[in-house]
Amino acid sequence: MSSVAASGLAAVAERHRRRSIFAISALAVGFVAIFLLSVGWGAVPIPPGQVVAILAEPLGLDLPWAFDTRESTVLLAIRLPRAVLAVLTGAALAVSGAALQGLFRNPMADPALIGVSNGAALAAVGVIVLGVGTGVFGLYALPAAAFVGGLVATVIVYRIASRGGRTEIATMLLAGIAINAMAAAGIGMLIFISDDRQLRELNFWLLGGLGGVTWEKLLPAVPFVLLAVVVIPLLARRLNALLLGETEALHLGFHVENTKRLIVTLAALATGGTVALTGVIGFVGLVVPHLVRLLIGPDHRILLPASILLGAGLMLLADLFARTIVLPAELPVGILTSCVGGPFFIWLLVRYRAIGGW
Amino acid sequence: MKTAASWLSVLCLVAFIAARPAAADIAVTDATGNAVTVPKAGPVISIGGSVTEIAHALGQVDRVVAVDSTSLYPPAVTEKPDVGYMRQLAAEPILALQPALILAVEDAGPPAVLDQIREAGVPVVLVPDEPTPHGVLDKIDIVAAALGVPAKGDALRAALRAELDGLAAKIAKVSERPRVLFMLSIGQGRVPMVAGLDTSAAGIVELAGGINAVEGFNGYKPLSPEAAVAAAPEVLLITNRSLELLGGEQGLLAIPEIAVTPAGQSGQVVAMDGLLLLGFGPRTGKAIRQLAGHLHPGLSLRAAAD
Repeated sequence: MSSVAASGLAAVAERHRRRSIFAISALAVGFVAIFLLSVGWGAVPIPPGQVVAILAEPLGLDLPWAFDTRESTVLLAIRLPRAVLAVLTGAALAVSGAALQGLFRNPMADPALIGVSNGAALAAVGVIVLGVGTGVFGLYALPAAAFVGGLVATVIVYRIASRGGRTEIATMLLAGIAINAMAAAGIGMLIFISDDRQLRELNFWLLGGLGGVTWEKLLPAVPFVLLAVVVIPLLARRLNALLLGETEALHLGFHVENTKRLIVTLAALATGGTVALTGVIGFVGLVVPHLVRLLIGPDHRILLPASILLGAGLMLLADLFARTIVLPAELPVGILTSCVGGPFFIWLLVRYRAIGGW
Repeated sequence: MKTAASWLSVLCLVAFIAARPAAADIAVTDATGNAVTVPKAGPVISIGGSVTEIAHALGQVDRVVAVDSTSLYPPAVTEKPDVGYMRQLAAEPILALQPALILAVEDAGPPAVLDQIREAGVPVVLVPDEPTPHGVLDKIDIVAAALGVPAKGDALRAALRAELDGLAAKIAKVSERPRVLFMLSIGQGRVPMVAGLDTSAAGIVELAGGINAVEGFNGYKPLSPEAAVAAAPEVLLITNRSLELLGGEQGLLAIPEIAVTPAGQSGQVVAMDGLLLLGFGPRTGKAIRQLAGHLHPGLSLRAAAD
């Protein structure tokens, strides 16, 4: 009898494993396809042969498809950094969202909840309206301020929730809401004193967009995102244990407080690094992990890498639409993600309810 | 002797060949002081309402293949492809139109996008945008030079200069200069912004024989009750579009801050087309005449052109 149950369990586990491998492979293939599509497609038509030839040229390969400087500049200096930024942003937001939802054991958690997005936004709007630091830091004044602003907000949220070496998750959630409200008030204040030209500029920043990014602006963000993308999936077993509850995770031998600190830090660094370049992009960090859970379940060992792939892929797709549907102008991509993300989230809610709630 | 002559002719030929590409191109020093080499012909993208107007006045609007969202005059240009708001341009869609030249007002951007466009080999000429008669004439000079029609530019410049000088001479004689408050609405139900010093609005008001009612700050700021009272405007100046957003003249005069001012009580509201009023393009003379006509009804400024 017990052996029958055991073999049944093994069969379930095997099925789960196969399904996970299939899902990850499908997501990886889809991601690569979308990446190639978004590098190859845009306002300037570049045939696939030329795309390959342009990409191969720096590697010392001379392929038979001839191209001109306009095509190679568009591909290497405009589209490629932008696609890489989309990948970084989508991956950072989605993996942070997935880890924070696990950590908080709350389906509403996303990177914005720990204050990082609004803190970054407040600092960025401050730079735009007050013009502080633009003389000394030039090109980097805005992203650097946004990055620091995001981290400061997160540290404040974390400090409020910590006492005697223990961080209370529920307090952190509420502190996040409070800090977000305060940052929003600060942004409102700055909007009030801004002139019409600054208003346009900061509006675009708040709507979020990937346009105008260059390699030199992009590179500083890369290590922060890579750190999160590599380290957070390694914490999958701890997050699985935390799903049972903090005490249970502690009894299973995991350092609960360490885990909290690590995840919040990694999420804040990765999100801060990308938000600093893109502005606020809504719903990706919230919706992508839910979508993955719906597809392949809540096991963090699969959820985290799958969220990275799906987040990056969806961000690329969203940006592909944002930069091609209103040619010859561009739509801020944050509008698009919220436009699609909002209704989709409602559909998700209704569906979760139908299958018995969270 | 013979060899010397043949050497000379070879030299001449070499010099001629070397000089040829330079003859086909034009060197322009733009608003940032950069020397930009632009081709004499080919499609142009015009960014900024007044730049597009000047291109039109120079008879070069056919070369313009796309404009930005602030280019609204002449109305026909709004049918050309629109590359979006001038401070929020995107590089790839602009390059996709295969322009030979980007003519953009100084404030256009973001700078990173302009750099990407330059990197792709498309020259970008930034046109200075100073809200003074001198500024308009400079603007015409650079646009005409970049479009390769300096002679037409000189003619337009001379005509506009004569017009502006004539207007200035007449307006200099007015004895009373009303205090004018310019307002810009930034959305329905929002407090309007008022123009301080160093704005196009302050520039045009002064040229039309008025005094900019706000003196304490540069740029645009939201209207506050104290500022409105301190400014004590006798005339309220507003764009047609802003007036519409505020719910017409009644809506404007119903704003409590406005209602307490002398202009609010006498109902002195002047509404004009935004681009005409603030553009500082070739129609600056017309803008001055229209505004001065409201500020100084006794003055005769009619021109044959209107």
